[in-house]
Amino acid sequence: MAERSFAKEVEKLRLGAGEEFAGEGILAITKALLQCGVGYVGGYQGAPISHLMDVLADAQDILGELGVHFEASASEATATAMLAASVHYPIRGAATFKSTVGTNVASDALANLASGGVTGGALIIVGEDYGEGSSIMQERSHAFAMKSQVWLLDPRPNLPSIVKAVEDGFELSEISNTPVMLQVRIRCCHVHGHFIAKDNKRPPMTVADALDAPRRDTGRIVLPPASFLHEKEKVQKRWPAAVDFIRQNKINEFFGSDHGSVGIVMQGGMYNSVIRALQRLGLADTYGDTDVPLYVLNAVYPLIDDEFLSFCEGKQSVLVVEEGQPNYIEQAFASMLHKAGRGTRLVGKEHLPMAGEYTGQVMLDGIGAFLRAEAPHLLPGEVRAPNKVGDGVDTADLINVVPGRPPGFCIGCPERPIFAATKLIEQELGKHQIASDIGCHLFSIMPPFELGATTMGYGLGPASASAFNSPDAKRRSISFVGDGGFWHNGLTSSIGNAVFNKNDGVIVIVDNFYSAATGGQDILSSRAGNKTKSTKHPITEAVKGMGVKWLRHVDRTYDVTKMQDTLREALTTEEKGPKVIVASSECMLNRQRREKPLVDKAIKGGERVVKPKFGVDEDICTGDHACMRLSGCPSLSVKSLDDPLRDDPVAHIDQSCVGCGNCGEVADAAVLCPSFYRADVVHNPSGWDRFLESARRATISLLQRRRESRRLTFANA
Amino acid sequence: MLDAVPPFRPRAGAQDDERVIKLAVLAVGGQGGGVLADWITDVAERNGYVAQSTSVAGVAQRTGATIYYVEMARDTGRLPVFALSPSQGDVDILIAAELMEAGRAIIRGFVTPERTTLIASSHRIAAVSEKIEPGDGRASSSKVHATAQAASKRFIAFDMEKIAADNGSMISASLLGALAGSDALPFTRESYEQAVSAGGRGVKASLAAFGAAYDRARGTTVPAPRVAEPTIGDSAPGSNVSGPQNLMQRWQALAAHIDVMPVAVRDMALRGLRKVVDYQDIAYGREYLDRLDKAVALDHADHAYALSIAAAKHLANAMCYDDMIRVADLKTRSTRDKRVRREVGVKDGSILQVTEYFHPRIEEFCGTLPAGLGSYIESRPKLAAFLDRRINHGRRIRTDSFAGFAALWFIGGLRRWRRGLLRHKVEVAHLERWYALALGYVGQDYALAVEILNCRRLIKGYSDTHVRAQSKFDRVLSALDLLKGRPDAADWIRRLREAALKDEKGDMLDGALKTVATLGESAAR
Repeated sequence: MAERSFAKEVEKLRLGAGEEFAGEGILAITKALLQCGVGYVGGYQGAPISHLMDVLADAQDILGELGVHFEASASEATATAMLAASVHYPIRGAATFKSTVGTNVASDALANLASGGVTGGALIIVGEDYGEGSSIMQERSHAFAMKSQVWLLDPRPNLPSIVKAVEDGFELSEISNTPVMLQVRIRCCHVHGHFIAKDNKRPPMTVADALDAPRRDTGRIVLPPASFLHEKEKVQKRWPAAVDFIRQNKINEFFGSDHGSVGIVMQGGMYNSVIRALQRLGLADTYGDTDVPLYVLNAVYPLIDDEFLSFCEGKQSVLVVEEGQPNYIEQAFASMLHKAGRGTRLVGKEHLPMAGEYTGQVMLDGIGAFLRAEAPHLLPGEVRAPNKVGDGVDTADLINVVPGRPPGFCIGCPERPIFAATKLIEQELGKHQIASDIGCHLFSIMPPFELGATTMGYGLGPASASAFNSPDAKRRSISFVGDGGFWHNGLTSSIGNAVFNKNDGVIVIVDNFYSAATGGQDILSSRAGNKTKSTKHPITEAVKGMGVKWLRHVDRTYDVTKMQDTLREALTTEEKGPKVIVASSECMLNRQRREKPLVDKAIKGGERVVKPKFGVDEDICTGDHACMRLSGCPSLSVKSLDDPLRDDPVAHIDQSCVGCGNCGEVADAAVLCPSFYRADVVHNPSGWDRFLESARRATISLLQRRRESRRLTFANA
Repeated sequence: MLDAVPPFRPRAGAQDDERVIKLAVLAVGGQGGGVLADWITDVAERNGYVAQSTSVAGVAQRTGATIYYVEMARDTGRLPVFALSPSQGDVDILIAAELMEAGRAIIRGFVTPERTTLIASSHRIAAVSEKIEPGDGRASSSKVHATAQAASKRFIAFDMEKIAADNGSMISASLLGALAGSDALPFTRESYEQAVSAGGRGVKASLAAFGAAYDRARGTTVPAPRVAEPTIGDSAPGSNVSGPQNLMQRWQALAAHIDVMPVAVRDMALRGLRKVVDYQDIAYGREYLDRLDKAVALDHADHAYALSIAAAKHLANAMCYDDMIRVADLKTRSTRDKRVRREVGVKDGSILQVTEYFHPRIEEFCGTLPAGLGSYIESRPKLAAFLDRRINHGRRIRTDSFAGFAALWFIGGLRRWRRGLLRHKVEVAHLERWYALALGYVGQDYALAVEILNCRRLIKGYSDTHVRAQSKFDRVLSALDLLKGRPDAADWIRRLREAALKDEKGDMLDGALKTVATLGESAAR
């Protein structure tokens, strides 16, 4: 069950011709796929296109009605390999994943697919995770398009443009027999907007049709001599076909005046930011109308030489707005101008930063600097020579006040106790070489845990510890991998590799029943039933199957003491080979989403329900915060006491506590302090409950009264 | 033609009908910023505006700082070009769902005095970095308030989290109410309420929170005055002390002693006295006052009685050390039961079960034995280890059950024998050393004596944490030999103490101690 349900929104996918669609970018892309008569769709979740996968998963009824096959691929490589169905058959297929991490994984399949080429349109929708909010290394998808020679679309970030890009992409792919990548940037995926829908189209040929009449063509298979011919075909046939299509169908757009001494050329995705900068410089209106000539590349690869050169005609200088580095587009344009012997000055990274996100301010500064240098007459007086405005407020002090707030484990996260146990075991046995992996559990690298030295790729945690395997070492390495990473790549690349190479390290598989970091999608080992997928395949069985001999399963991670004991045993046992610990507890975010409505309903319905919550006795807490150094739970925080005798704030647990048990377990395992308590509220108690309660309370009150009547009592003391 | 004067173009930010209104929401992941952004978009569309909202979903929502961004313009039939993220100096309305996020917005340049209405909830959600310091690591809210006032065109700040909680709703509802009440957007209250109602879930509570925040933002409700700080009058002897007649008489006599102390000392002394009597008994209160008198006798109004006030505070804390008896006593009081019920929110008809987490070690066990027996065991490592294996386990005790409550009630009752127990002997010896050390400096360096008293703040925690705290206390005071006689000795002790409160192991303190060591060298040269 994914974090977000689109069950209601997917009804919008049924809209017919002429109706207005209103919603998020990713939903618009899904609708566009159906309007294009796509035959099959697959992909792997990951921000910013996680929701695209969730939308598709929730839309399975609609897809089924249209005869569209959908699958949640095991990895991005799987998703891309799936596009093989478009190699011999005129079936349109789409795959989606996060870029550039997913594109890295996919690039083997992508290269093979690109080499042989496709018959049916093959569209790869990559969610570009670049800039603010990104959780990955900052690289460009552009390089993949260049190296495999697949075409790259980067449409303007509004719904009609994205929908059109999907349509164009399929046609372009078919005409040039080449897979097409469509890149959508992070905010574009979640942008809320409108477009006019068309009818959905059933695929003219379904995968079922293809299965009934199989085809093959040795010329499309990547094996010599065909592979040598593919390379020539790419430049001699497919490239020119793509260029012609892009030119004839006016995929790239021109705005503004067709005269003028300067111009700006940009990636489609940068259009809105460029317009905003021009608006702020007084050169564009609310609707983007401007006199500055603009050349918008909705297709950023391949580039159209004559289109660009004619744009440059009569211009002294042209600014290239290209986010990220290396500046491939700028280099290509410079080469075109040089070879054509043109005198137009090309500028780009002189005014705009070589690296980093092109935010509003960066764009305003860069375009402003370009225009001031090249065409100052265009600028209104106040922009050309602004009155010096004092910054007004000095924020220098504030920078030292406002704390950083990186993402962290959620309230009640079952991974927190795993790292609390690891931190405690390090206090006992010393520091270890720890390899981390991609997933929520990577938050262990941040305070308060500060565990983990590297992260090398999804499912590659244990693989990245593989060199740390020496008979001379006194300490073993520890590596982490999540259940998502385990099924994506880890089973073979990490576990199989460790078994085969007799790695002596400790591997912790963090099993929270979902691909939690990407939004709680089901995976092979999910324990919930899933109508359309096969789940409930235990990780322990897979690990055993790979040949692991030393295997322990902690089926309740909140048992910090047990977790600690298991880690100690793994780190100290005489047994050789990989020591694998599978630490399982359900992702609390998903569990709450699943259980909370049920619990509320049960309480309302009069059923007996026990609801736990943790608390802190503020007069017993001494304000050392040792508990928080082993937790970091958002619901466990500090609070000031209205007591001048106490200097430091004490621990406090707020209403958001879900009673996961970590606080009590940690206080116990780390021998912290006795100020934590668990309060279980029994709703709708049974008769026996009530009887016991009244008997207990009578006795307890008696004892309390007896003692309190013989001493002084200070109210608010 | 470009060279000609460009025709009039309504610029973003211009005062006209086609102006784009830019609104950013800075929130902490999990606060429901997405719901708020959806409501705002809905309100705009209901009022004949075109609106676009964007967000960055994914990892940033996992309790990290995150931004939602909405742009809107009157619908003229043409689609405006909206930006997808906020720009510095280009935001009309900034909503911060937590006070430090308002600070972050100011740092990032999203708040400008000429145009930005800043709506911020004044409550705090402490970041991990603020929580993990052994002392008080929290950021200064007043700094943000002051800067926000100067940095924004209008600053609306109140505790919207509390308004939401009081009305059984989420902060998104009260933030929307504050936005509506601010009149920063040209929309009616009804259209906001329609958007909330259209949401369908928890509508009643959301509307209540919305309404309360709306009124507050308009200034039609005045916040309830903060409960006044308890003054000496409030806690005057007899005002909220109760007990048997004979004890009350003795208490009055004891408290009367405070009335002869300098006025500046009385409040803290009375608080301290209440604490120690509550901890042990009237005689213990007498001991406290006797000790305190020593400081008062050495003190003088010229110093505003800083020494006596520090002594009143830290003597009380030192005398009320945290032992098993104290913990058991506190956990079995009827007031505690009431507090837990209030905090957990136990309604009529429900039953509360309370589980306590204890992990006693041999040290705690011996501390609760008569001094002779306790030290006998502690001096025999093998015996101690043998017993530790039997004692050193985590124990969960149900204080709502007969057996669990009775066990703690019994331990709490050991109070009357506390003076004869090992822990008490150790604590008293430590206290006397520290107190004598501090008072010994009063003549030559008054400020240093006060700072030595203040070092008591370092001692806290249980078991290992307590051991570490003791070690920090000792390390700070170890600098005394190097520092005494220096005019800035008190200042250095204060700095060392603050450094000791910065991290768990005292790495910062060690660094500061090294600096102190070099001070000594340069002085020697």
